[in-house]
Amino acid sequence: MGNNNHRLSGIKKWGFKKSPWVFHLSTGSCNNCDIEILDALTPRFDLERFGILLVGTPRHADILLVTGVVTVQALPRLLHVYEQAAKPCMGVAIGACACSCGIFDGGYHVVGPVDKIIPVDVYIPGCPPKPEAIISGVVKALAKL
Amino acid sequence: MFTHGAMDFFYLIIFPGFAFTVVAGLLSTWVDRKVSARIQWRVGPPWYQPFADVIKLMGKESIIPEGANRVSFLIAPFIGFTAVILVSTIVWMANIFPGASFVGDLIVVIYLLYLPAIALIVAGSASRNPFGALGASREMNLMLAYEAALLFAVFTVVVKNGGIISLGGILGYQAAHGAMLSQGASCIIAFVVTLLCMPAKLGIVPFDIAEAETELIAGPYTEYSGVTLAIFKLTKAMLLFTLPIFMLTLFAKTVWTPWTILWYALILVFIILVKNVNPRFRIDQALRLFWLPVLGLSLLGIILAAVGL
Repeated sequence: MGNNNHRLSGIKKWGFKKSPWVFHLSTGSCNNCDIEILDALTPRFDLERFGILLVGTPRHADILLVTGVVTVQALPRLLHVYEQAAKPCMGVAIGACACSCGIFDGGYHVVGPVDKIIPVDVYIPGCPPKPEAIISGVVKALAKL
Repeated sequence: MFTHGAMDFFYLIIFPGFAFTVVAGLLSTWVDRKVSARIQWRVGPPWYQPFADVIKLMGKESIIPEGANRVSFLIAPFIGFTAVILVSTIVWMANIFPGASFVGDLIVVIYLLYLPAIALIVAGSASRNPFGALGASREMNLMLAYEAALLFAVFTVVVKNGGIISLGGILGYQAAHGAMLSQGASCIIAFVVTLLCMPAKLGIVPFDIAEAETELIAGPYTEYSGVTLAIFKLTKAMLLFTLPIFMLTLFAKTVWTPWTILWYALILVFIILVKNVNPRFRIDQALRLFWLPVLGLSLLGIILAAVGL
């Protein structure tokens, strides 16, 4: 799938840039990237400064943080969550697995990478990426608006 | 209570009503988030953060889930929203023009203050989501828990002032005899009870049992997105401003004075501190807390008021 085309303007764009709520979704990762995402949300980095909040449901999400190769089992769930998200909603692939399947490329259980299934705006490589890299990736995603 | 058409519009939409309450409410939620952040040794969001959240939600898609009851699902946010605007207008108008108050508006305000909780119950039940349904059932239980104590606390004031049930009358009584809080032990007890019930009525930790994002995702809000979610956020923010103002009207003379800012800030910081140092109660714990100690306390208050203390 190609990239999203988010064309927002004026006050809508400002609101979206200042208040991106993220939803965290693991599609068969080894949990390492997920822990780094949680680290990025701790008081040490204080993402609420930029209005970034972790939300529990894709209905409230503006950015989907997807980790992991998409496994056969995770595929319908990933599609479901993407369809549930209220648009405009951006996709961010976090970690080597989500970007390119990493060392699991070609495995019998692998459907991914993520951009084959849902539109991805920003790729954050690393195994796992540091919290700083995740924050920088989210900022780049917002700069695309 | 209103006289002229154009001024009615102004009162309802601009000054004590919609616009004023929205701005004050959103700034209060910012204070909440900022103070919480400072308590957790963080910097916290900038002052315009709640405004950005609402503007963003207004620009997003509003999804109606498949199988949900469309009408109830869409009407639910607006029930609570309208109720809070009306409460804010009635309470402020009674403060600014004591003559504009009508007999029994205290009772009207109490009934209108039920509506945000009822809106949540409708929303949770209409959204065809197990988390929403669970949240609705919890909200119902919570309502049953705190409402009795809160009602007795409010009626302590009525008993104490000899049966005046209009806000203007209560304000007039306070203007003549001093603030209710200075009228003896019964009113102080009643005020403490309202302070204990306030986080429950506002759905703030330790009583965010219905929303419980760690267990129920977002409870009744789970299926809401875009504009409908924005209306819910606004309702919550406005209630955070309106409810303390209503309580100050009952207990602390009048809110039409600069001292109100200090009083309101004290109540807000109290709520925020309670929020930050307490974990969430289970629903049965909350029920036990409100039905035994808190209701006992408010009954004690009303008995003391009846014997004249």
